[in-house]
Amino acid sequence: MAITPNPYKTTGFLGWIDDRFPLTKLWKDHLSEYYAPKNFNFWYYFGSLALLVLVNQLLTGIWLVMHYKPDAAQAWDSVEYIMRDVPWGDTLRYLHSTGASAFFIVVYLHMYRGILYGSHRKPRELIWLFGCLIFLMLMAEAFCGYVLPWGNMSYWGAQVIINLFGTIPFVGPDLVVWIQGDYVPSDATLNRLFSLHVIALPFVLVGLVVAHLIALHEVGSNNPDGVEIKKHKDPNTGIPLDGIPFHPYYTVKDIVGVSVFLIIFLGIVFLAPDGGGYFLEKPNFTPANPMSTPPHITPAWYFGAFYAMLRATPSFAGTQIWGVIVMGAAVVILFFMPWLDRSPVKSIRYKGPIFKIALAIFTVSFVLLNYYGMQPPSPFGTLVSRFGTVLYFLFFLLMPFYTKMEKTKPVPERVTHEAH
Amino acid sequence: MKRIKSCTQILLAAAMLMVAGQVSANEGGELPYQFKPDPGNQASVQRGARNFMNYCSGCHSMRNLRYNRIGRDLGISDDLVKANLMFTSDKITDHIISALPQKEAESWFGKAPPDLTVEARFRGPDWIYNYLMTFYVDDTRPLGTNNLVLPNASMPNVMWELQGLQVLKKASAAEGEEAAGHGEHEGPQFESATKGTLSPEEYKKWAADTTNFMVYAAEPGRAHRIAVGKKVILFLMLFTVLAYFMKREWWKDVH
Repeated sequence: MAITPNPYKTTGFLGWIDDRFPLTKLWKDHLSEYYAPKNFNFWYYFGSLALLVLVNQLLTGIWLVMHYKPDAAQAWDSVEYIMRDVPWGDTLRYLHSTGASAFFIVVYLHMYRGILYGSHRKPRELIWLFGCLIFLMLMAEAFCGYVLPWGNMSYWGAQVIINLFGTIPFVGPDLVVWIQGDYVPSDATLNRLFSLHVIALPFVLVGLVVAHLIALHEVGSNNPDGVEIKKHKDPNTGIPLDGIPFHPYYTVKDIVGVSVFLIIFLGIVFLAPDGGGYFLEKPNFTPANPMSTPPHITPAWYFGAFYAMLRATPSFAGTQIWGVIVMGAAVVILFFMPWLDRSPVKSIRYKGPIFKIALAIFTVSFVLLNYYGMQPPSPFGTLVSRFGTVLYFLFFLLMPFYTKMEKTKPVPERVTHEAH
Repeated sequence: MKRIKSCTQILLAAAMLMVAGQVSANEGGELPYQFKPDPGNQASVQRGARNFMNYCSGCHSMRNLRYNRIGRDLGISDDLVKANLMFTSDKITDHIISALPQKEAESWFGKAPPDLTVEARFRGPDWIYNYLMTFYVDDTRPLGTNNLVLPNASMPNVMWELQGLQVLKKASAAEGEEAAGHGEHEGPQFESATKGTLSPEEYKKWAADTTNFMVYAAEPGRAHRIAVGKKVILFLMLFTVLAYFMKREWWKDVH
């Protein structure tokens, strides 16, 4: 029986595989012949770094689960067992706990890059949507993981977050009991959050990341100039003139980025794993205790902005659901970015001053919201949070108008790049 | 280059602001004594282990710490640990469990004595040091003593023989006095009521040793982690330089 030879004319073992599985094709499509713009800057490291952190979380997670006990009576001690009796267990745990924070840092910067250079604009809307879904899943994943050590902040954090569902009219209270599997967060709750954290959510997360990358490699990467490199191709080879193969050029460049990132990341893991009390919080160093509420229940730092919005929204008509709606809308509104931005140009480099001012206000608002979300409630904090929330939403809601009306600069035909 | 410079300046300014914020936050706290833990001081941690086993472990467990781990980390042989530090068990691999029955303890003290394995990471070393320093006579309390940093603590002052009893004169120096320049902020004013077996200086050392041990116990792997971390960072710094030159070499043909 004859076999159709593969188009890559590979022979030997690789040829045997290529006749049966598109190994060379995958390698070429996604690495050695995936042409990326040659003018990527600093902001373009965070995509590959997010992938690195994801792999870190998956691998350290696998080994942590080998020793962790998802049981309200044993979870706390099993974490300390990992910290003390499992060889390199403390390193595994710190890699995982610091990794959670690092994940949000790189993902926030990655998303910010998208906003800066218009990476969400046509034809990359689906990349952005998959990305937003990844962010949403990441939040769920981080929440579930935060509960697992069953420290006191884990417990009360779970209590607060799950009770957000309790604000839904009519079904709320029953829904909370259904989600918890009990009247309060308990062993049943811990077990189901464990299941979500180690199986369901990672599964979805990895699937979404694959979809994110497939969509990216279909349309090609954007770049700091926001011009399409596919418009100018070499007439003979069909290769974009401003494109360079991802491998080896961006693999060697990303190795430098990874290395610098690891200095910071592993510096925290080995020398300051508490992250100044933000990556591992002091109140979580005491076991879950339903009888003792921590003085200030604060979420992990990466939820600060959203928590600030929740707290800043006043209750109205006898229900507190408005805060939950505002908080949810703050995430949902990100999904609409590709259609809210109506500027004729993609990149901030060629946008006018109004967008730059709007983005600056948005950035400051987000940082302030995040800060006040972690502080104990105060009248001033509430005031700042309210302004911040309004400004956060105005950035998106007014975007169709200010991006359309302002005068933009001419966009170059080709990317701007200085060889160095 | 200029941009990098200005970026660095902004980052530096931000870092300094953060540090300044933290310092002022610390000053605003209610901890009268300053303390810097030194869990790397093995002799101090060894003395702290002795203190803990003799004065604390009667009621407080460290249920995640094994006796032989202490020995291994602090350079004490198993035999010495058995002879001097183990009072409630004979098995060197056992965890430190107090003999106090939890249920009864709850009715005796109102609250069972908490497990102290990671207390130093929960409260912070400076809090523990202050807790050990600030027991004072208070007749309104059932056991006759109170504590400045944990008001209405149900724990009796088991260190009274060492420190001697002290009476609280003033919770903290009044603001006017500080402004008038009374030198360093010396915290609360205690007056010694009965003499302890240790001098005030010796008792401070005793509290410091005990706290250092608790900092060690909260994370026995700390020293190892830091030692490994330094090597990892050093390697990565060298690697970054190599990686950078490799990148530059490859990118020579990108115009």
